[in-house]
Amino acid sequence: MKEKNNRNTDRRKFLKVLGSGAIASTSVFYGCKQTNNFSVGKSDAGNVPIDKMTCRITPNTGDKVSILGYGCMRWPTRPKAKGVGDVIDQDAVNKLVDYAISHGVNYFDTSPRYIMGLSEKATGIALKRHPRDKYYVATKLSTFPDDRQLRSREGSLDMYHNSFKELQVDYIDYYLLHGVGIGGMDAIKERFYDNGILDFLLEERKAGRIRNLGWSYHGDVAVFDYLLSLDIKWDFVQIQLNYVDWKHASGWNTNAEYLYGELSKRNIPVVVMEPILGGRLAKLNDYLVAQLKQRRPEDSAASWAFRFAGSFPDVLTVLSGMTYLEHLQDNIRTFSPLEQLTNEDLVFLEETAQMLLKYPTIPCTECKYCMPCPYGLDIPGVFAHYNRCINEGNIPKSIQDENYRKARRIFLIGYDRSVPKLRQANHCIGCNQCIEACPQQINIPKEMERIDTFVEQLKQGTTL
Amino acid sequence: MLQKIRRTAAIICFILTSLLFFDFSGILHHWLGWLAKIQFIPALLALNVGVVFMLIAMTLFFGRVYCSVICPLGVFQDFVSRVAGKRKKNRFTFSPALHWLRYGVLFLFIIAFISGLGLFVAFLEPYSIYGRIASNLIAPLYQWVNNLLAYFSERINSYSFYSVDVWIKSILTFVTSIVTLVVIAVLAWCNGRTYCNTICPVGTILGFFARYSLLKPVINPEKCNECGLCSHNCKASCIDPKAHKIDYSRCVACMDCIDRCRRKAIKYELRKKTSRVEIGISPQIVGKNSNSRRNFLSTTALFAVATTLKAQNNVDGGLAIIKDKKNPVRLTQITPAGSFGASNFTQHCTACQLCISVCPNQVLHPSNRLASLMQPEMSYERGYCRPECVRCSEVCPSGAIKAITTSDKSSIQIGHAVWIKENCVVKTDNVSCGNCARHCPVGAIHMVPDDANNKESLKIPVINTERCIGCGACENLCPSRPFSAIYVEGHERHRII
Repeated sequence: MKEKNNRNTDRRKFLKVLGSGAIASTSVFYGCKQTNNFSVGKSDAGNVPIDKMTCRITPNTGDKVSILGYGCMRWPTRPKAKGVGDVIDQDAVNKLVDYAISHGVNYFDTSPRYIMGLSEKATGIALKRHPRDKYYVATKLSTFPDDRQLRSREGSLDMYHNSFKELQVDYIDYYLLHGVGIGGMDAIKERFYDNGILDFLLEERKAGRIRNLGWSYHGDVAVFDYLLSLDIKWDFVQIQLNYVDWKHASGWNTNAEYLYGELSKRNIPVVVMEPILGGRLAKLNDYLVAQLKQRRPEDSAASWAFRFAGSFPDVLTVLSGMTYLEHLQDNIRTFSPLEQLTNEDLVFLEETAQMLLKYPTIPCTECKYCMPCPYGLDIPGVFAHYNRCINEGNIPKSIQDENYRKARRIFLIGYDRSVPKLRQANHCIGCNQCIEACPQQINIPKEMERIDTFVEQLKQGTTL
Repeated sequence: MLQKIRRTAAIICFILTSLLFFDFSGILHHWLGWLAKIQFIPALLALNVGVVFMLIAMTLFFGRVYCSVICPLGVFQDFVSRVAGKRKKNRFTFSPALHWLRYGVLFLFIIAFISGLGLFVAFLEPYSIYGRIASNLIAPLYQWVNNLLAYFSERINSYSFYSVDVWIKSILTFVTSIVTLVVIAVLAWCNGRTYCNTICPVGTILGFFARYSLLKPVINPEKCNECGLCSHNCKASCIDPKAHKIDYSRCVACMDCIDRCRRKAIKYELRKKTSRVEIGISPQIVGKNSNSRRNFLSTTALFAVATTLKAQNNVDGGLAIIKDKKNPVRLTQITPAGSFGASNFTQHCTACQLCISVCPNQVLHPSNRLASLMQPEMSYERGYCRPECVRCSEVCPSGAIKAITTSDKSSIQIGHAVWIKENCVVKTDNVSCGNCARHCPVGAIHMVPDDANNKESLKIPVINTERCIGCGACENLCPSRPFSAIYVEGHERHRII
């Protein structure tokens, strides 16, 4: 795995950043309840606290934001009653939102792109049932690489106004330029400058229809540096931060250590996305899970990743796309209140990250930006199966492997079970249309070819 | 006792032979493949002299035990007849043999056999009839049960079962199987072994030998009180109690009469010198037969309407809809490697469907062409002929597909790929592809720039037909749907490259 080391500060420096940041920001950030006592142990596993959520306060608008933010990219779906495909299960969404709000979660992050474009509407319906001052809603000016019309001024304005309609609100608390950095400098110029849309959004902020303006960032670090160098006051920035990306960002992504450091320097609150890498840090291999459990037997593997992200004082909220109530409950427990990581914990997580990287899993977070593949592939499905088999030790390397036959059977049968035959890797034609869409910069066609070759070897029994 | 032995052996044989048609994992064939190979007509077609000789010798020794033990269709009829017998006891009566029909059918069968009229052979041959019933009508039930187990096994994270696609491979063959099943079941229900003793060519041939068999059931006239119980329970309707005679050409050596006789007047023993059989014709019986024929016709009409089962494509919201592939029109049909080509194949194949049942890649399905009706044919809409698989050649009992190894297969050219420019996504969608070239197991496809003068232009596939073996990987994995942009044209005679 390639690393971007040039900007890495070493671990000592990292701890210093964390420590000094904590001191510097105590005046700005404090818990919403004064019961924010870090030494208090977690309550019983069955008990989900309703009034202990750690909160952070934004410097510009004074919003008291829960450290756990709800990512609305993974709402539960169900098959359509008529015809093919899935729709969002609105009843389930309502339940989750009610539960979240009643347990102190107040930040909801959506986008016109999420879940086949259905997320904003579903989120709006669920939130509408609560008083407007009980929640903050974040949405984005998304990028549709395939559709020039949507990137034009008119298209962008339509998208902006439509978000108000879908969310049923007259102001948006947090508005983001979506996915800046994907496609590099040219893409951002074309998307937000040339059409004058950035100026428009700044005006909207002045008018109060946007309370906080920021951007979410993936990819080219030049864009990140450029946006920070502008004479614009950014209210917040959303970055990918977790204990793997801190020092070992994959592909062309930039280490979170650098990104966080730059934002922290400027006192810009950080919204964290992918704190558990789309579930990858929750579904670790058995060895790593045992390591984590040994330290805190009652805590989930995911809770470590959430505590990591929350431990940085300039982090405003940590987004999690919770499809299931159990995940929501687990995260509420983790953050009610947040128990900060010790320096020792941080060293331990860095070791965990290094061990994790030794497993050749594909860094897919199942964000589905690449979908739908025009040739019908289930890209996240293929990667998820492959990763699961790696974590469970079912990727035989050699025909001499002790468990070769068993692993082969598990891989092949499991492959057909989790991905329909026509959506498997061998149908990837390498048209490369997905490459640009991937925020993790995975070379999807290449990985598909690699998995396909592996599957062929298993089928033919020609693994070395 | 003898009856019990016969029954046990028959049940075992029947279940194991049936399993050959159900088992898609290919494990059983390793152990039980011989059960298909000892079937009479397949052995004859495969020129399996040893087996044919053994079967004839067996018949000369024990009578037609082949018909009551080895032949799965015979055992199936016994089963139906037994169920019918529960409802109505002592329902059979002696009837004279219908010589003109038996020998007439046999004569036609031999003519068809020699002239290579596969269709006629396939329609009459008992093992194939059973094969079609088993693979078309019973195997789906087996597979559904398997899929149910796979469903639960998936839920308990076990990998002991995996689910398989259940699909109608050919409507025509499916309907034919239903019709034959109904006809034979009705005949068996009403009159026991009518099919075996009037139509079945194997029955007629073996009956000829059975007349002279060493051991046979013999009625002792001194003990017999002519109660007729044996005759009323003879599913072959071949015992004439008044004359104390048994028509050995029709007796299938089921031993039921021996058990039935209250006076122990029937014994399975060495033949007596003067046991010549005489048969008279009774008009009453003829009437009964025509009755069953009427039955048969009405039931056929009933089943003329076919039901279609269509496996649904599972499509999720975030996934593009995938159209089903369609079978292109091929000038020459593709036959499996090991069959040497279409003519050899059609001559030997009895359309028993065994290879179709075991094909793990869903390549083989019954043909709808008249010349090769119900015989297997290859097409690549659902899968392709994978390099590691030679299962059809392993199971074929009739020598239509000779046993080959995977290395043999990699050098047998059963067809060649043809590119259809108009369908290719490189042309239609203006994207780079090359999935055909990437998956060609023999490297017969190369990607070359579409515009010879511009090396950067998108690449199109070119096929080295001399290296192509016709496996269909390219056709199956081609992204163009419903018709692939590359398809395989069969070869009349296979070549070794």
